This record gives sequence, structure tokens and C-alpha cells, in this order.
Amino acid sequence: MKLHEYQSKLIFAKYGIPIPKGRVAATAQEARHIAEELGGRVVIKSQVLVGGRGKAGGIKLAKNPEEAEQLATQILEMKIKSLPVRKVLVDEAAAIESEIYFSITNDRAKKKPVMIASSAGGIEIEEVVAQTPEKIIQIHIDPLLGLRDYQARDLAASIDLPRDHWKEFGRIAQALWQIYHETDATLAEINPLVITKEKKLLALDGKMIIDDNALFRHPDLAEMRDLDEEAPEETTARKYGLSYIKLDGNIGCMVNGAGLAMTSMDIVKLFGGEPANFLDIGGGASHEKVAAAMRIILSDPNVRAILLNIFGGITRCDEVARGILAAMDEVKPKIPMVVRLVGTNAEEGRKLLADAKMITAETLADAAKKAVAAVGKTASTRMPVMQESVVPVGAPPAKNHQKNRSVR
Amino acid sequence: MSILVNRNTRVLVQGITGNEGLFHSEQMIQYGTQVAAGVTPGKGGEWVLGGKIPVFDSVKLAMEATGVNTSVIFVPARFAADAMFEATDAGIPLIVCITEGVPVQDMMQVRNYLDQKKVRLVGPNCPGLLTPGESKVGIIPGNIASAGNIGVVSRSGTLTYEVLYALALAGMGASTCVGIGGDPINGTNFIDVLELFEHDPQTEKIVLIGEIGGTDEDRAAEYIAANLTKPVVAFIAGQTAPPGKRMGHAGAIIEGSAGTAADKIKALESAGVKIAKHPEEIPLLLK
Repeated sequence: MKLHEYQSKLIFAKYGIPIPKGRVAATAQEARHIAEELGGRVVIKSQVLVGGRGKAGGIKLAKNPEEAEQLATQILEMKIKSLPVRKVLVDEAAAIESEIYFSITNDRAKKKPVMIASSAGGIEIEEVVAQTPEKIIQIHIDPLLGLRDYQARDLAASIDLPRDHWKEFGRIAQALWQIYHETDATLAEINPLVITKEKKLLALDGKMIIDDNALFRHPDLAEMRDLDEEAPEETTARKYGLSYIKLDGNIGCMVNGAGLAMTSMDIVKLFGGEPANFLDIGGGASHEKVAAAMRIILSDPNVRAILLNIFGGITRCDEVARGILAAMDEVKPKIPMVVRLVGTNAEEGRKLLADAKMITAETLADAAKKAVAAVGKTASTRMPVMQESVVPVGAPPAKNHQKNRSVR
Repeated sequence: MSILVNRNTRVLVQGITGNEGLFHSEQMIQYGTQVAAGVTPGKGGEWVLGGKIPVFDSVKLAMEATGVNTSVIFVPARFAADAMFEATDAGIPLIVCITEGVPVQDMMQVRNYLDQKKVRLVGPNCPGLLTPGESKVGIIPGNIASAGNIGVVSRSGTLTYEVLYALALAGMGASTCVGIGGDPINGTNFIDVLELFEHDPQTEKIVLIGEIGGTDEDRAAEYIAANLTKPVVAFIAGQTAPPGKRMGHAGAIIEGSAGTAADKIKALESAGVKIAKHPEEIPLLLK
């Protein structure tokens, strides 16, 4: 779960990391009041859960409260990477001498947390990673020992931080470690951590991601989830214990297990179709769950056929079949459904579905082919077929270009 | 021969009185696995499954009384790390954690602790182990696989069953199937299992099932090129997954440009591994 900048910075402040004075506002008037309170120059920062806000024009400097209101009005009307801006953070502007990049995240290859710092902080940090990786310093932390003070000192020295700042940097490093550890973060990032003209360290921007699996022990953080920032279908899916991600194609997929769900998408594509979504119904398949999954898939107007692929291991196929029948009764889908049931009690499951108007398939490849064919049929009866005829010269051949544009 | 589990494996079930634990203990027993004991703190002294399996309050007590040598964990995610620490401290040499949704920082602590103690962990968030005809430790449906000479190692769950089923339909069997789990931080990895299969006389060919996220398949490719004499066929799930999206498994996150299916396939192909376009193609490539 991603946190907004303002939420991350409130957590930073709680652990003693210095942040600029400021507050979040939902309207331009509020932004103006905050600017009046702060006095002097302020920065208006869009609060959306994507990177590249500055480059998109979502961060602006205002000289006075009038300008703050004006800029906040502009920014609150923006969409950044298709996400509408609903809030702005109004922060006191800082006089910056230099910018440091500083974060802690998980290194899955080393199985340890890693603390990362660079003297070349700021919005170009990804450039730095690509061009001058030697400027990125990493120190791994033993998860059983925690961050040791000497490690923070080593890091400060490696990025050529002036010695006057080592103590302060050490305190911030320990605070960032505490935050990372105590909130079950998978990322706690300060970029930039600036040295101000007044020779103080200040966290100008913050980003945090919390491990969804650990939210059970952080009800306070779970409440910070911004539902405006995720697609409503994804919120519904979470409620039913489903995992759903919308894609651009037209074949809706309902599968048990994440790996098999991805495989089903891949095989649809392999046979010339385009998956409309990733949907893992997880273990078990009560009809409430199957019905919810079906509703979510059908809420996407692009969907022209549904492919159900269930491999009954622990999940019993007859149970799933009953779930499908009940769900169909409730949702009444009007598009072709291709069903493949394999594994535990598959025979009973298939018998139950025999009377329902469904296309059945034996193998995974067969199921995908039938779903692709079903889409072809519905498409031709619904709208004119336009073949994609232009393939760029020198582009990789075949597969990538077999998109079903005709039905979009 | 087989790897990791066989007919002599004596299994302890941690969380045996829960729904999952009880159901799968019964399934394991039906398959022929020697389930010798269970642990549920506070329920020591009870007997479950028709009075056949004793329940203990701790792993240590269960071990002393029954001499189990493998533990399979079904406890809820919030207690899973503790269960793994307990099994380790009691001296269990092989731990299989089925539990899904264990917090990643818990897993970093567990993994670093277990490495110091030289304990083998399989999982978490995995279907476990199956040596067809001998023993299953976990939740892989036993009836879909037959015994044979193909070693199967996979990061997935139901996709693994799909592969076992495809093998069985083609008249092929597995020596052992190892589900290593899809979490970003886990125990046994591809390389560990490849090494075991390389040295197992029963295993003649190997199937590796990977997916997007992380770099485990890339490192497996390097290992295969340098150390393996047995042929390997691989399938990588997630070729159509959009970059940066979370696809259910915590591990299936594409990090930057690394971790894509295309990258992994390229790495494996250059190590001489045959790549299946879909799971049902695997048996053809093994012939």
C-alpha cells in the first residue's frame, strides 16, 4: 500500500525526522489559508500516488498567498498519469544548498534490508542510477541486529557528507530504520534530503510503501489507504478476497492461483487474443466469490468473452461449478463463456454445467483457442471489423502485433 | 530415490487443529505420508483424526515423543514466523511453510536466522513437496501425478498442478515435485533444488516453472550453464503482465527493467534450457 507524500512526512515527523512546516489542502482556499499562516514563499505539491509529479507540472513555487491559491487551483484541476489530483501539500519553501537521496528498502536477492544513499539526490536519481552507479552507495542491514550506528557513519562518509552533519545524519538514519521496521515498510524514502542554506538537514519529500501482508498489525496505517487512488473494481475485488488487475484486452479471465492466472493470460495472447484482466479467485470458490468475480469482469465494457480456468486441487470443481451456476443466475452474462475444469471432482463439475449454455474445453490451449474464437464471433456481429494493417517496418514480427483491434 | 521427502519422512503438522491443518493432514495420511504428530499450543494431550494423531503444546515436546524429522506449517500468517523459529530451535532439519501472506520483514528475520542454523526451509506461500507414490508434505493433490524420472521445481501453486497433470497425461512421472513458493523472500530456491536433482539418480530430466519478478530464474540460468548435466525444460508465467503491476503473488513485481518474463526466458535459453510456450508443451520438449 502506497502512502502519499504528506502521510509519509507525518510519519517521518513522528519519529523525529525534520520536515518543512506545512499542511495538506483539498481546496485552493485552504491552500491560501495555509500559505497565509506560513508566510513567505511556499511550495504547492500535488498529492497523487505516482512518480514524476514535478516533471508533469504538479509541483509549483508560490511567492505569496494569492499565487498559492492560483497555483493550487491549477494543480487541483490536473490529472497526472491519468490520476486526478485531489489534494495538494502546501509546504514552506526551503533554501537548498545540496540534495541527498536516502532510502531503505528490501533487497530480495540478499534477503536483507538495504540502506541506500547518494550525494546526487533529487528528481534525476534514476539518471544517476543509470549513468553513474558508483554514486549510489548501499549498505545491507542484518534484520536480526538492526541498523548499527557505525553503518550510518560509513554511509555518511561514503557520500562525502560534511562531518558537521554526521551526527544529525546518524539520527535521521536511525529514525528511518525505526520507521521502516516498525511500520513494516517495503520502502521508506527521502528524496531529497536537503542541506539547507542554514546548514540543517531537512526531508523535503517522502515516499513510503507498506507491506499489505503486515497491515493486520497496523490498523492505523491501513486506515490511511486512499481509495480514490485505486480503480473501484480493485477495491471490490479486495473485499471478496480476489486479486484483480484491469488490462486493455477483451477476454475476461477468471482463474484460481496467480501463476496459473498469468499463464492463462499468456496463452490467450499466444493464440491471438488479448486478456482483459488478471483475476485470481484464490482458494475455495463460494458462489458469492464467483459471482463477485463475474460482476467485476463484466463491469469492463470491453469484455466480449469470459474464460474460466479452474484447476481443482484443494478447491473442488463441483463446488466451483455450483458457484458458477449460482453466479450466472444472479449476474446473467450475455457473452460467451468458455469453461475448463480439471482436477478434484472435475467430472461432477462438468456434469453440473452440462445444461448451462457454456463452451467447455479439455486443455488449456483448447480453452484459450475457443475463447479467442468466441470473441471473433461476437465482435463481427457487434461492430465492423477493421484489420490492423500497418506493421511498422523493422518491428519485431508476428505475436506482438496480433492485437484484436477489431473489437476495441 | 527422490529428493527431500520419501516414505520414511516423519511429519509434524504445526497448526493441526485449524481447518486447513486438519483437512490437509487427513489428505496427507490418505496419500500414505507418515504424519506422526501435530502441534497446537494449548491443545496438548488431545488426539485428532479419529484419535490417531497426538497433539502437543510445542514442537520440542512433539519431537521428543515422536521423533519427527520434517515439519509442515499451516498456522495463520501472523503466527507463521514464530512457528518457523520454534521448529528451528527444536532442531527440525526440514521445514515446509504452506502459509500465505507472511509479512516480508518477518521472512527476512526468519531466513537470516535459519541460515545461521543450517535448517532447510521450503516456502512460505508454497504448495509443498510431493514424491509420487511415497509421500506428500503440503497440499499438492496427489492423484494428479505419477512416479517417474522428471524433477519438477516451481514458484507457483495451481500452475504446478497443471504441469504435473500435463506430464501424467503424456505418460510421464515426477521423481519429486518441489513448490518453492512465490514470495519475494523464501527459503529453498531454484539453485538449491537444481543441485539436489542433479545428484539424485532417479531424476533424469528437470522442469523449472518460473514467473515474473526478482532475478531467481536468471541466477538459476547461470547455475544451469555452469553445473548441470541433466536437460532442463522451463516455462515462465507472466509474459503479458503489465510492468510494475502486482499480480497477486508478492514476488511477482517487475522491478525496473529486470524481472520480466522476456529477460528470464533469454537468460534460460542462453543456458541451453528449452522454453515451453505454454504448460501443455512441456511434455513434448521433454521427449
